[in-house]
Amino acid sequence: MTIFLNKDSKVIVQGITGGEGSKHTSRMLAAGTQVVGGVNARKAGTKVLHNDAAGNPVELPVFASVAEAMEQTGADVSIAFVPPAFTKDAVVEAIDASIPLLVIITEGVPVQDSAEFWAYAQEKGNATRIIGPNCPGIISPGEALVGITPANITGKGPIGLVSKSGTLTYQMMYELRDLGFSTAIGIGGDPIIGTTHIDALAAFEADPETKAIVMIGEIGGDAEERAADFIKANVTKPVVGYVAGFTAPEGKTMGHAGAIVSGSAGTAQAKKEALEAAGVKVGKTPSETAQLLREVYAALGA
Amino acid sequence: MDLYEYQARDLFEQYGVPVLPGIVADTADEVRAAAEKLGGVVVVKAQVKTGGRGKAGGVKVAKNPDEAYEAAKAILGLDIKGHVVKRVMVAGGARIAQEFYFSVLLDRANRSYLSLTSVEGGMEIEVLAVEKPEALARVEVDPIAGIDTAKAREIAVAANFPAELVDKVADVFVKLYEVYKGEDATLVEVNPLILDEDGNVVALDGKVTLDENAEFRHANHALLEDKAAADPLEAAAKELDLNYVKLDGEVGIIGNGAGLVMSTLDVVAYAGENHGGVKPANFLDIGGGASAEVMANGLGIILGDPQVKSVFVNVFGGITACDQVAKGIVGALAELGSAANKPLVVRLDGNNVDEGRRILAEAAHPLVTLAENMDQGADKAAELANAA
Repeated sequence: MTIFLNKDSKVIVQGITGGEGSKHTSRMLAAGTQVVGGVNARKAGTKVLHNDAAGNPVELPVFASVAEAMEQTGADVSIAFVPPAFTKDAVVEAIDASIPLLVIITEGVPVQDSAEFWAYAQEKGNATRIIGPNCPGIISPGEALVGITPANITGKGPIGLVSKSGTLTYQMMYELRDLGFSTAIGIGGDPIIGTTHIDALAAFEADPETKAIVMIGEIGGDAEERAADFIKANVTKPVVGYVAGFTAPEGKTMGHAGAIVSGSAGTAQAKKEALEAAGVKVGKTPSETAQLLREVYAALGA
Repeated sequence: MDLYEYQARDLFEQYGVPVLPGIVADTADEVRAAAEKLGGVVVVKAQVKTGGRGKAGGVKVAKNPDEAYEAAKAILGLDIKGHVVKRVMVAGGARIAQEFYFSVLLDRANRSYLSLTSVEGGMEIEVLAVEKPEALARVEVDPIAGIDTAKAREIAVAANFPAELVDKVADVFVKLYEVYKGEDATLVEVNPLILDEDGNVVALDGKVTLDENAEFRHANHALLEDKAAADPLEAAAKELDLNYVKLDGEVGIIGNGAGLVMSTLDVVAYAGENHGGVKPANFLDIGGGASAEVMANGLGIILGDPQVKSVFVNVFGGITACDQVAKGIVGALAELGSAANKPLVVRLDGNNVDEGRRILAEAAHPLVTLAENMDQGADKAAELANAA
């Protein structure tokens, strides 16, 4: 099984006519994802041409709104490739349509916009699971890709992965390519994100096909510490961890808007200690983390 | 981006938050002139982006322009926690009856906003939070509703302001929230917010952090940046739209994706433990889908750092194609010619890796070593830096 999406997921692309939206629509189709249409109010009624996984041409309809796209196609997932200035409106539109899953790839969204659409999602009863913003999305190898993760790194397998970072997700999938993944989810490096480490851990715990979990964190905030508490109380499957940013200086933003150490808060060391206190083995490097995962997986005797 | 106090003061004034007059000065003579213009008692305040400046001698009260001149001489050039004072603000004096604390900030953990308020201002908020947590009112602020008059009164009451002051401070809280909202801030803090002897509530200090992601809707924010204070390499990198942070070590780092680059710094630092304690020289993320040109720009910046002894390029091609990275390296080395005089260790994996490795192998540049994986590349780069 997978978490949050599967091969039957029907996906629409908000911003399908833009450069990034178009490029990744092609890649998602090639990965076997059922992309069924897109949204761009100004180009509603037109079609865009792509190829499906078998290389056959497919015409995808462009709709005026998420609600209309859902009504016409039965879509249950949306992915947004919308410039930062328009992301909040795109998210609010998706929430208003109560689409079950929304993945926001856009980097550089003002954090007050994220705070507002998150509050709005709560007001509307949290009917839409939001992943991101500023994330690589989610991939269930062999089933569906809703994001920008390269689909050919590895295949289906017993590992669940949740990470703040895109390239560390790819790196870890590559390190563990011999085992494969049930689902790998990049939750994004912004200060405010929708789906958290804890949400993903809970879903992996509940997923019978996920046997072991890799959790990748980085400096900033206290999401890893809270995830550690959650693991201690709720996760029975083995979890290994990795935290990036031990050498990051205080007060400097390291690429991701959320990756900043302020005072003694948000350090990699504090996160590592919290995870270890919860019984999570934490690797010093991605390769060591992969090795730890292999060990805990082998110990399961699976 | 953190603002200087005087920039925060100016923003407060624009939003109608009561502040004292303030004049910025860069020399003792300018300070004297400012004190003459303001008249009466003034306060000369170091403009540095760090706390604890009062204790460090960065804030002095002056009764007349001559005293202000002397105060400026003492403060300008002062080193406060590594920040050298280049500018002061000469502010009007206040007769303080009471000191309070107020802030509104982004609350990451709750994905919301939070206001912190205390009737016991003046002391450092971190100290107050630990020593007298009951004196600090924490009130969640809904990002959509914000702080209107009713919410501001709720905050004032929660913080135990006396009834006769509630309306007065609530009015200031509303305006400070307007600064937070209107300027896309992640923090607006006033410590102290005071009641003066004439019964006026005044923001005596201000700390504002702005969200750089929101710069596209605030043309004025770019002007608030202190370009002179930035590291010259960081400034040059910013001009090229590169995500670069200067550090103290010897191994230059280029990678793609914030997480992978942070991880690369760590792995290089661990490798350095076996190679004379060399450390990473910088953070540089060339981002997703980087072109050959971006790679070349990044390499140019790093080779321009005299502290750098070796360079480790660590790329996992997701969207970024490894052949583009390889072309960028080969192109940059050709362009830099003899200016490129430091060894490069390159690790490529992922999208188009075979073509990328082929391009580098074919170019066979004497400075370039191909690494099999991240750990080996980090070790090699550290070894080369230590040997240089």
